Amino acid sequence: MKTFTLILTFIVLLSTFTTASRAIEIQQVKSDSGVTAWLVEDHSIPLIAMNFSFNGGAATDPADKAGLSQFLSGMLDEGAADMTSAQFQAAINDNSIKLGFSASQHRFDGGLQTLSVNRDIAFSLLHKALTSPRFDANPLERVRRQLLVGLENDKEKPRVISTRAWLKTMVGKDHPYARSKSGTMAGIKAITSQDLHNRAKKLLTRQGLLVAVTGDIDAKTLKQVLDQTFGDLPEKSDIKPVAEAAVLDQSKIQIIDRDIPQSIIQFGHKGIKRKDKDFVAAYVLFNIFGSGQFGSRLMEEVREKRGLSYSAYATLYPLRRAGLVFGSAATVNARVGETIQVIRDEFKKMADNGPTQAELDNAIAYLTGAYALRFDTNSKIASQLLANRKAELGIDYIKNRNSLIRAITLADVKRVAKRLLHPDQLVFTIVGKPVNVAASKN
Amino acid sequence: MLKLFSLPLVAFTLLMINAANAKPLNIDVTEFSLDNGMKVVVIPDHRAPVVTHMVWYKVGAADEQSGKSGIAHFLEHLLFKGTKKIAPGEFSKIISRNGGQDNAFTHLDYTGYFQRISKDRLEMVMGMEADRMQNLVLTDKDMKTERDVVKEERRTRTDNKPAQLFSEQMSAALYTAHPYGIPIIGWMSEVARLTRQDAMAFYRKYYTPSNAILVVAGDVTAKQVKALAQKHYGMLKNTATPGPRLRTIEPQPIAARRVIMTDKRVSSPYMMRQYLAPSYVTAKGNEALALDILTEVLGSGTTSRMYKKLVIEEKAAVSTGSWYSGDNMDSGTFGFYAVPASGGDLAGLEKHIDAIIADVLANGLSQQEIDRARKVLQAETVYLLDSQSSLARVFGRALVVGQSVDDILNWDDNLAAVTQQDIKQAAAKVLQIRRSVTGFLMKSPAATLAGTN
Repeated sequence: MKTFTLILTFIVLLSTFTTASRAIEIQQVKSDSGVTAWLVEDHSIPLIAMNFSFNGGAATDPADKAGLSQFLSGMLDEGAADMTSAQFQAAINDNSIKLGFSASQHRFDGGLQTLSVNRDIAFSLLHKALTSPRFDANPLERVRRQLLVGLENDKEKPRVISTRAWLKTMVGKDHPYARSKSGTMAGIKAITSQDLHNRAKKLLTRQGLLVAVTGDIDAKTLKQVLDQTFGDLPEKSDIKPVAEAAVLDQSKIQIIDRDIPQSIIQFGHKGIKRKDKDFVAAYVLFNIFGSGQFGSRLMEEVREKRGLSYSAYATLYPLRRAGLVFGSAATVNARVGETIQVIRDEFKKMADNGPTQAELDNAIAYLTGAYALRFDTNSKIASQLLANRKAELGIDYIKNRNSLIRAITLADVKRVAKRLLHPDQLVFTIVGKPVNVAASKN
Repeated sequence: MLKLFSLPLVAFTLLMINAANAKPLNIDVTEFSLDNGMKVVVIPDHRAPVVTHMVWYKVGAADEQSGKSGIAHFLEHLLFKGTKKIAPGEFSKIISRNGGQDNAFTHLDYTGYFQRISKDRLEMVMGMEADRMQNLVLTDKDMKTERDVVKEERRTRTDNKPAQLFSEQMSAALYTAHPYGIPIIGWMSEVARLTRQDAMAFYRKYYTPSNAILVVAGDVTAKQVKALAQKHYGMLKNTATPGPRLRTIEPQPIAARRVIMTDKRVSSPYMMRQYLAPSYVTAKGNEALALDILTEVLGSGTTSRMYKKLVIEEKAAVSTGSWYSGDNMDSGTFGFYAVPASGGDLAGLEKHIDAIIADVLANGLSQQEIDRARKVLQAETVYLLDSQSSLARVFGRALVVGQSVDDILNWDDNLAAVTQQDIKQAAAKVLQIRRSVTGFLMKSPAATLAGTN
């Protein structure tokens, strides 16, 4: 495939600060217990998709139990209430229900998909999983073994190594972002059944709970489903705030030696957060500069003109407590120096001169035109709705998003390029055996 | 349940399984041919004002000449250069500034190009795709730069990843003569020597309307697509006669093979076993359907026989499963894998898998297991209905290897006809050790030498 993996990666990164164009009717449904959901009804296919998100995640895991939230995400479908792990898994499998949980730094997410004919059993299983998980010894030890092998497995993956090292350099070793949400061997080994119960109580509450639903269900039914599923979760949560990260503002090259034919190059510097007033202009700028699509500056200079890398991109990486700019390329060890130089030059060129009017026009045409492609399946609509809720974008955002993009002028992107791009602050993390590239002394 | 592992072969196979399992309910599929022999399939989905437009060519990596491995994939890259009408590198930029996304893929049996775009641009992309079917313009400079890109792609996907190198070695050992044993992206030494002439010769031989299939899914009607397809593709003259796809026939397997690979970059070892199996195209009777049910029962998810035995009861593995890949033209594969718990041994896992296989060969599956598996497989087809691009892929992939639209539409009914006896027979035919390769991927003090040129 030409750039398939890359495009997937890109979509995932962007989905948290999305905007829109198709006429999609979103209903806001509020249950008696105060849970609100955004709903897009579509009865043409007998499926229901629900995405939901709780407040709190890996960034607030206890330091000596790092990985606790992710451990919890692997345990919620391993037995609940009157059902053992085997019984619970059999019910999921036999009714073709898709249920999964995941932890990010600040949120704890879940997704449920079901045939509408199995609606009642699906939501009843979800209710049990959320309100009375068992954490029995056998499944707990099994999941622990899986997590430990997963951590072991990550140790030699060059891309995992470089991303973690880069992030640690950017936010400092003591900030929670420097820690992987998968935790540490010691953390995973220390976690007990009681820890999981405590964590579930803390994370799975109605405060800050966001729900998005699409498919074969109407508002009235959904209202009952929300109460039945989430109504008896605790009302309040007391997740401690995460400290602001002090983002590094000095250029640096770090090299992590690995015996591989191709070096992984991850790079970036400080950036902005989602709520920054320049965010939309910056989003357009980064589409021009580093989208990873043909025509974007890095792709043209690194791949198309020089054949240095299969993929080359840079994107805004707006974490809640750290605004970052992050990019990536990978090249044969002998050409790492050349690749770094090209990337630096492109940062400088764009910071100094900004894009051309034609580049801006093309980017606006792409971003506004392709927005509809994010809404062509029910499951994609559910993820878009949830992403918009997480970013606090408001229910009308999908309607207005394209006009926000169209309002960006050349003066806006030039100003933002100057404000945002800092070739003299680029931090490069290289994993491999780069030839004739020296690591920084500091 | 945790999904921590995506072993290369397994991840790839899951896609294959979905394809085979496509029996869309209430789907209105129209199929017709243009006068030049190009086949057209239309799958309407009016929920969003967008279309997926795909052209599939009946040529893939397995059609390459000996010594030219990677040329099908390399040519796929080069089709994004210019034509007589479109300046070098402009193709994807035109799609982008019309609000669309495009990409392409190369497989063993086919090469495909697609765009996802607003429905009012369908005619535009058809014109562009028809143009590059016949008017590709390539310079030596573009070819050389792109060859470097493909070499980097190979390093990214394969040479930097011991698990992927291992998978390549497993396939090479499984097929002693048939080209399915050669990696799609090509061997590095051969990719490095591919030329502009190689690419143009391959293009001229295979890129012609009678060798192509058009699939359009989305907010369109069959009537609209027919008119546009006649206008843009119907006027193309055939420029080549690719002829029948006769690949080397794999000789009867007579020797069980073992692949032991060690690499210092492996931090968690695993084992794999794969058998030569019939594909949907080559299967007799219900064999392929039976293998789909067999893999569902043996190795799909946490309720499967393998997961229950190896992970839950024996605590020997942290992850295990099986797959049946039945979508290729000449041959399928049936496989098993297991990842041990820390410090666990691979030989022990192999013994457990052998015991599970022996039991199936002796006793088959229970009717209850078959019924459960069938229900799960049939439900997957409902999930498929949510995505126009997945549907387009399922039909394109089936037709390009010689299956029919009806084979896909009747899959559900056909599945219902599979008996206990069918499954026992299919297992007996496929799960013979002489048809297999067993591989261990382990940690060692030294790196595998790969891709350094």
